[in-house]
Amino acid sequence: MKILVAIKRVVDHNVRIRVRPDGSGVETTGVRMSMNPFCKHAVEAAVQLSEAGHGDEIVVVSIGPKVANDVILTALAMGAHRGILIETDAELETLAIAKLLAKVVAEENPDIVLLGKQAVDDDSNHVGQMLAALTNRPQATFASEIKVVGQGLEVTREVDFGRETVAIPLPAIVTADLRLNTPRNAALPMVMKARSKPLSVRPAAEFGVDLAPRLTVEKISPPAERVAGKTVGSVAELAAFIANDVSAMEAL
Amino acid sequence: MSVLVLADHDLGTLSPATARVVNAVAQLGPVDVLVIGEGVDEVAKAAASLVGVAKVLISQSDAFASAPADSAVALLETLAVRYQFVATSAGSVGRDVIPRLAAKLDLMPITDVVKILGPNSFERPIYAGNAVQTVTSNQPRQLLTLRASAFRAAASGNAAPIEPVVATGITTTAKIIAAHRTESDTPDLATAQIVVGGGVSVGSAEGFKLIETLAKKLGAAVGATRAAVDAGYAPNDWQVGQTGKIIAPDLYIAIGISGALQHLAGIQGAKKIVAINTDAEAPLSKLADVLLVGDLFDVVPQLIAELDRLGVKS
Ligand SMILES: Cc1cc2nc3c(=O)[nH]c(=O)nc-3n(C[C@H](O)[C@H](O)[C@H](O)COP(=O)(O)OP(=O)(O)OC[C@H]3O[C@@H](n4cnc5c(N)ncnc54)[C@H](O)[C@@H]3O)c2cc1C
Ligand SMILES: Nc1ncnc2c1ncn2[C@@H]1O[C@H](COP(=O)(O)O)[C@@H](O)[C@H]1O
Repeated sequence: MKILVAIKRVVDHNVRIRVRPDGSGVETTGVRMSMNPFCKHAVEAAVQLSEAGHGDEIVVVSIGPKVANDVILTALAMGAHRGILIETDAELETLAIAKLLAKVVAEENPDIVLLGKQAVDDDSNHVGQMLAALTNRPQATFASEIKVVGQGLEVTREVDFGRETVAIPLPAIVTADLRLNTPRNAALPMVMKARSKPLSVRPAAEFGVDLAPRLTVEKISPPAERVAGKTVGSVAELAAFIANDVSAMEAL
Repeated sequence: MSVLVLADHDLGTLSPATARVVNAVAQLGPVDVLVIGEGVDEVAKAAASLVGVAKVLISQSDAFASAPADSAVALLETLAVRYQFVATSAGSVGRDVIPRLAAKLDLMPITDVVKILGPNSFERPIYAGNAVQTVTSNQPRQLLTLRASAFRAAASGNAAPIEPVVATGITTTAKIIAAHRTESDTPDLATAQIVVGGGVSVGSAEGFKLIETLAKKLGAAVGATRAAVDAGYAPNDWQVGQTGKIIAPDLYIAIGISGALQHLAGIQGAKKIVAINTDAEAPLSKLADVLLVGDLFDVVPQLIAELDRLGVKS
């Protein structure tokens, strides 16, 4: 079986971001970047499937600037076999990303495509579902467990009411949630080995996809600030505050 | 300009999120509500009672059980062309369906909308709510998911007509083989007026019961941090934050919760925040409206007793 994993390079999830005062965006220069956490879970899932005998080849693909090489190397060190960087300096919309990935799916014809459920920069939660639409494949989003059963997958999904397990045929698209697994930290020999694994770099323009944005981002603003409150000295004071607040709600 | 709202429901009950979505999009035009599923007559009736609804479309088929994205999108694709807007709540069904529908229609969706500025202008949070994006669209139609907690609910009292839509030829490749519902009689987390949240510091599932007892006392919904869910103290559908539910209660009581960025992402809409924490320097302690520094195992039982004494009843 062949597994394709799409990974995104984003501002590290521990960084407290700063909105540029002119409203043009979020400051990313000089900020630590890393692989989107959800994508790490997707890579780990692919490696675990492969270790269980379900994946002969794991190909990772990232769309972004030249420096996005680093997240591909991370994935190769975790156990992926081959990388593709689709190079562009433009900030592409999710639909354009999904169209580029659909081209890669057409070329590579993987049995399973794994993605993160969302990228923690734009928080879109789009690309997996869009790719499933464009490739006419079934989708299982927000996965917390993936099992290969016969010719298909049984995927447990985290949904509003709890969890549900769906059976879908292959080929299929799966997006990873955080409880899917615990991503490994690659050991040094694996990191060294990653550098010798094949990594092809291809310009985004080569794919013949219309990458023009559909939406206009008018501005990026900081969220409303909360003002600091007060500290109470006793449970009685706290209870009085809560009781007051609750009766004010009831009065409405 | 007309709007199609995909209703959210579970176990034959309309989700409270739908009333909020209907109310939010009513400013964009007359609203039709689409109810898909199996045995959803009561859901359709509940939707028809919402003020602002022009009509309810109901499509019943076993291909829609648990709303798998492929069959839901197959139906929506045919209906969407009649509307300027297709909207639903940013819950697990909306997040699954709307992007797939968008790609089928070659449109960019606008998701997690928290403010509607006009027919083609919307605000949505990015970076776990640490920035807000204002986007405009010139596309022929807008596909939206809305954060229900950011909007008020439509009143009921309407009696809109209900029309069946046939779903012939619509099938799904997804088969539901198991569902684990969290048994609980607490209110819907995403729309609750009061939420009591617990962190990993409760130490055990048993310890988390303290949180649940306080919630019950206040008629509140129960929330949890990812760390508490990962540790197995609380079910996944109680998680609040960037990866969990987004809440905007009038009162959020956060107990033993540090206030990581990803948790704060879920509570920015809370009107008042109370924090109980041993650490006065924890991020959440610093932004709470009211902080009590103390050990939750001492404070929470005392608080429940004190609320009893004050006659607070759910
Ligand atoms: C991509 C990503 C997405 C995430 N999404 C979410 C999400 O949706 N929701 C979420 O919650 N987290 C999320 N997280 C995890 C988040 O970063 C934090 O790890 C998590 O919120 C911490 O949970 P906590 O507050 O329970 O634990 P901790 O951070 O360990 O905090 C425990 C707190 O309890 C206090 N405490 C300890 N003992 C006591 C006591 N006896 N009495 C009172 N107070 C006590 C401590 O002072 C501390 O403040 C995400 C992380 C990532 C990387
Ligand atoms: N630039 C990109 N390159 C590769 N994969 C991406 C890119 N953007 C998004 N993805 C994939 O799509 C998932 C969901 O992203 P999003 O829809 O942007 O929230 C991510 O976790 C990745 O797996």
